[in-house]
Amino acid sequence: MSPPEPRLKLLHISKRYPSVVANDDVSLSVMPGEIHAILGENGAGKSTLMKIIYGAVKADSGEMLWDGRQVTIANPAQARKLGIGMVFQHFSLFETLSVVENIALVLDEPFDLAGLAIRVKEVSERYGLPLDPHRRVHSLSVGERQRVEIVRCLLQDPKLLILDEPTSVLTPQAVQKLFETLRRLASEGVSILYISHKLHEIKSLCDSATIMRGGKVTGDAIPRDETPATLARMMIGRELPVCEAPPYHGPVHPVLQVERLSLASDDPFGTSLHNVSLTVNAGEIVGIAGISGNGQAELLAALSGETTVDREAVWLAGEAIGHLDAGRRRDRGLVFVPEERLGRGAVPALPLDRNALLTGHRQGMKRWGLVAFAKAQAFAEQCIARFDVRCSGPGAAARSLSGGNLQKFIVGREIMLAPKLMIVAQPTWGVDVGASAFLRQTLLDLSRTGVAILVISEELEELFEISDRIAVLAAGRLSAPQPREQADAESVGLQMAGLFNEGNAAETGHAPA
Amino acid sequence: MHLLEPRAQPSQLMRWTAPLIAIAATLLVGSVLFEALGKSPLASFHVFFIEPLTTDYGWSELLIKACPLILIAQGLAIGFKARIYNIGAEGQLIVGALCGGGIGIAYGETGGAWVLPAMVVAGAIGGALWGAIPALLKTRFNAEETLTTLMLTYVATHLLSYLMHGPWRDPEGMNFPQSVMFGDAALFGLLAEGLRINSSLWIVIFAVLAFWLFNARSFLAYRLEVGGQAPAAARYAGFPARQTVWFSLVVSGMTAGLAGVGEVAGPVGQLNLNISPGYGFAAIIVAYLGRLHPLGIVLAGSLMALIYLGGEAAQLSLQMPAAITGIFQGMLLFFLLGADAFIDNRLRRRAR
Repeated sequence: MSPPEPRLKLLHISKRYPSVVANDDVSLSVMPGEIHAILGENGAGKSTLMKIIYGAVKADSGEMLWDGRQVTIANPAQARKLGIGMVFQHFSLFETLSVVENIALVLDEPFDLAGLAIRVKEVSERYGLPLDPHRRVHSLSVGERQRVEIVRCLLQDPKLLILDEPTSVLTPQAVQKLFETLRRLASEGVSILYISHKLHEIKSLCDSATIMRGGKVTGDAIPRDETPATLARMMIGRELPVCEAPPYHGPVHPVLQVERLSLASDDPFGTSLHNVSLTVNAGEIVGIAGISGNGQAELLAALSGETTVDREAVWLAGEAIGHLDAGRRRDRGLVFVPEERLGRGAVPALPLDRNALLTGHRQGMKRWGLVAFAKAQAFAEQCIARFDVRCSGPGAAARSLSGGNLQKFIVGREIMLAPKLMIVAQPTWGVDVGASAFLRQTLLDLSRTGVAILVISEELEELFEISDRIAVLAAGRLSAPQPREQADAESVGLQMAGLFNEGNAAETGHAPA
Repeated sequence: MHLLEPRAQPSQLMRWTAPLIAIAATLLVGSVLFEALGKSPLASFHVFFIEPLTTDYGWSELLIKACPLILIAQGLAIGFKARIYNIGAEGQLIVGALCGGGIGIAYGETGGAWVLPAMVVAGAIGGALWGAIPALLKTRFNAEETLTTLMLTYVATHLLSYLMHGPWRDPEGMNFPQSVMFGDAALFGLLAEGLRINSSLWIVIFAVLAFWLFNARSFLAYRLEVGGQAPAAARYAGFPARQTVWFSLVVSGMTAGLAGVGEVAGPVGQLNLNISPGYGFAAIIVAYLGRLHPLGIVLAGSLMALIYLGGEAAQLSLQMPAAITGIFQGMLLFFLLGADAFIDNRLRRRAR
């Protein structure tokens, strides 16, 4: 049934930036109805290649054939006209507009908002990506924003759909549902370009794969015929690193205790916390699974002290700290790595040594109200060396670092504060495979020195890899943590979707308004 | 399509070159302006920028005008870094002048050596309180400080006008809206015979050094900067946001109030309706022209003072309109902001 013409064929595409060759002589072809994986680490040039296809970036050289005809795609509008839809890794949504208004913006045909809202609701439910069309984007979690992006592409009946790491924010069940959706789309003749670094997903979903490293194609493969190890070798040039979780032999005592924490969210679209209780002991990592928007932001703010709560709702090493602000909690040995690295975990325009000062000033960097900048710089240098932060030095502005390197810097900075308790949100969001493994191992090693660690993540695999116990936060309620050996992805996934033991049948993650 | 896109790492060198570019552009457009008015640009610039500096008296006048500008801009710069935009320094200057001047009126003739220090303290407190009102409104009701500080300037102007036309008017002043001339106890001592420069200069020098130390080394200045650049990061680190608002507005109010006392107990020597030729507003330009840096502000304040002097000279010997000073100030700010826009952003090529 497949016609001889590929839907899309790229020939010798190259794109150079002043400091880096993003794509070097890349060729690939995708047939109608084919699900084609682009596999590679961050920085391998996948995103640039996709932006070239989508018309957002212009290639320096090379040809593009669409249904056998040579095309030059000058801009995304033209790409959409041809039938190319793209779900970006970094979202391009207007925060002050509602979901349906955002979607209306990219439609090239006339629309009426009320009718469009109904279509959005239909499409989103059909594909298992529930969305309230009238919510404003600024109140959506990262995960929910990605749903908007996916739904907005699906509404345009694309012939080629590009998805850039779409599953990192989905529950295992939702991933399966998305895969069903993608397979159905493929059977309807839609071609799919699927960018990912998750090997097992690619194995189960994709018909073929192009593997990239350092801007070049390093291999083509039929994923079904490969093993994760062989794919990994093509992708990162060596074996996939595996984390080791050694046993902990030190004293076990509770470090963080959360007792019946309830918190009404300030945000009208936020999720209130209901009766959350949790203990994290010295020497263990407790993972909290769940899709963003289920109270994660609220819980993190209540634990970090950015929101203060009842005095006795949060305890740190036996002391009630619920009423203390973030600075006073840090004085007592709490550190925190937030999900937003730029603008929260680090000040974008300031150099790394000044960013070390942000939370590191407690390490003897100030005296009589004056800053010892030499100490801040030494701290930053040490952090850069110890945690392998690739940058031009302590004078590099935080925003000049890649996501993974900035995350290594922030995690490193917080670890160097010698914490009793470390809270980490989305530790490896947007971080490449090598750096992710490094960060996970770093957290494991830290916990085995007697530090209590709480990790909140949407990536189940990651939680199963590093956590000693796993709980699920859904609709503002926290399930009882289970030891990792007893937890399985299936039941955790069901809880993430909000189907708690009592069988409450909320199908979506977020709380009803 | 956005025409500008942010640069990852704006050049520090260019940031300091921008004021020079702005000055060059101002001179260029200024010469076109002089040409259009039928004056020779070179001769005009000589009158404007060189002549005032050919005498000791000129230098003394330059310092007299530069001092309040520098003092106010130092305070404003602290707030601007924290993204707290106090644009009502003019009002804080007036209230500071009133508080200090009230003491001068009452005790200038009779009081002892304590009068001048008391005026300085009262002026600082008065300006600080006038700055504290917007701080309260912002922390309490989230009222935009750009509006409240500006509006309070008009309140201060009317307060001054009321006092000058009413209770504080000089009974023997032939109904002019002005107070009595202060006695010696209420005036800064002159530093040199025949010149108007006075001992308030030491206050300004001390303030510049204090602000330089504060900016270069203090942890509080760092906290303010973080609060201004990334409020979420300041919350994350546990830096209290309210403190930033209070500190910025109170300190900038205080420096403006001090500058007000410097005027009334210095060159003006009384309270009247013209105690400031817009120093509070010109200091905003000075703060940005000096890159919000204490030493940069000294240079920028001196340049701005020269524009004031040059404007006066141009009126006298070239028969230029009085607006010439404002035009030069405006051009300087315009070109500076323009240069800054291209330092933080780059022009995106249409071809993409």
